[in-house]
Amino acid sequence: MTLKVDLTKVFKLNHGFRLQWEKAQDAHVLLYPEGMIKLSPSAAEILTLCEGSNSGEDVVAALEKKFPEAQGIANDIKEFIQEALSNGWLK
Amino acid sequence: MAGSNKIDIQPSPIETGQPLWLMAELTYRCPLQCSYCSNPVNYAQLKDELTTEQWLKVFEQGRELGAVQLGFSGGEPAVRKDLEELIQEARKMGYYTNLITSTVGVNETRLKQIIDAGIDHIQVSFQAADATLNNYIAGTDCFEHKKKTVEIIKEAGLSMVFNIVIHKGNINQIEEIIQFAESLDVDYVELATAQYYGFALVNRSQLLPSREQLDRAEKIVKAHQERLEGKMKIFYIIPDYYENKPKPCMHGWGKIFLTVAPDGTALPCHSARDLPGIEFPNVVGNDLNSIWYQSEAFNHFRGDSWMKEPCRSCPEKGNDYGGCRCQAFLLTGDAEQADPACELSPHHHIIQQAKTDSGPAGFEDGVIFRNSVNSKKLIKTIES
Repeated sequence: MTLKVDLTKVFKLNHGFRLQWEKAQDAHVLLYPEGMIKLSPSAAEILTLCEGSNSGEDVVAALEKKFPEAQGIANDIKEFIQEALSNGWLK
Repeated sequence: MAGSNKIDIQPSPIETGQPLWLMAELTYRCPLQCSYCSNPVNYAQLKDELTTEQWLKVFEQGRELGAVQLGFSGGEPAVRKDLEELIQEARKMGYYTNLITSTVGVNETRLKQIIDAGIDHIQVSFQAADATLNNYIAGTDCFEHKKKTVEIIKEAGLSMVFNIVIHKGNINQIEEIIQFAESLDVDYVELATAQYYGFALVNRSQLLPSREQLDRAEKIVKAHQERLEGKMKIFYIIPDYYENKPKPCMHGWGKIFLTVAPDGTALPCHSARDLPGIEFPNVVGNDLNSIWYQSEAFNHFRGDSWMKEPCRSCPEKGNDYGGCRCQAFLLTGDAEQADPACELSPHHHIIQQAKTDSGPAGFEDGVIFRNSVNSKKLIKTIES
């Protein structure tokens, strides 16, 4: 996959999308009109940080700091953000 | 929602899933008279409505069971004066709130109150791309009002779904419909071909499009889907009458959907009350937990032990659950039969016949509008 995401940009959830913890799912979920996506813990970490003030680089830095043992997460994050953008979750 | 197959929520892997989707049919009252309405044709007899407190109790119990999507529908849910209060409280409980409305009777002040109450998504139904046809189909003058409402919803930054039921009367203007939705700058467009329950079944010959009409529409929709990718999502749902295989109705009986009818009757889908021999529990006097997990009604078509051939030995039974129980009953008189939409069903000829029969009928030829006068007439027909 070619990654075109510009990590200097600031991302936030698209309108109509809501991120919340669901006890019944034991997971974070992304809610949107008539639908729900159950998020993996790492997806939830990334989306939680995409709240309209952090740039993509900030998200990477924050998560590298939080999970120092994780190697090469920058690329994973970039990939996820690209996917989230093309799914319309983020803008 | 009968026959719905658009929902993205997937059933839980646990045998009996959680009722993730709670549909509150607040009322059967409606200012519109759409001939494709899937409300029960005897709705004029069903006048009881739950109180605000009773609804809130249902919402709380639903949330405890894992419900996260809450739909307000009807009838026209905005007929209920307590709609804002219900939205506000549901939102506090953590629901994602969806309002499925014609917006008729909702002025600007009221709409702003609904938005302020915290509604997450409003789905506005249109009938056509122009005022004359739109108002004819709806049986009321509402086109300009709806357009204005959409503007206010957009200004408020809400997610906006443009819904239109497609049938013989408007399928030939599908191009105009998509362009119209685009001009309103909506997020999602649902082109949902009528499904034949309630009034829609009574009017099937006037509604069911021909193969040629559907093929033409599909081509047009495809071109616009490609052109508008990433800008406006277009869902196009073709009638199962032309699919030759049944839809996995409601993602399975009692798997993720729980509908509560205006009078408190709990149903696995909103057409289910037509099914004979099943006593559907009422939320007055029964909590949702026992309704969902223990009631005979919600367990009735779970699993596959109820199935007859050809479903019983069919490799698809785990995917399509034998199709829609309501459609099986309405067309064959036996809810345990395979859905006749399936080409393997011994009753598939009924579907083929319906397509042949609908051929000569025009949309306006004797169509029966959904109103209480016609409902009462239909009640008499059923009783006699």
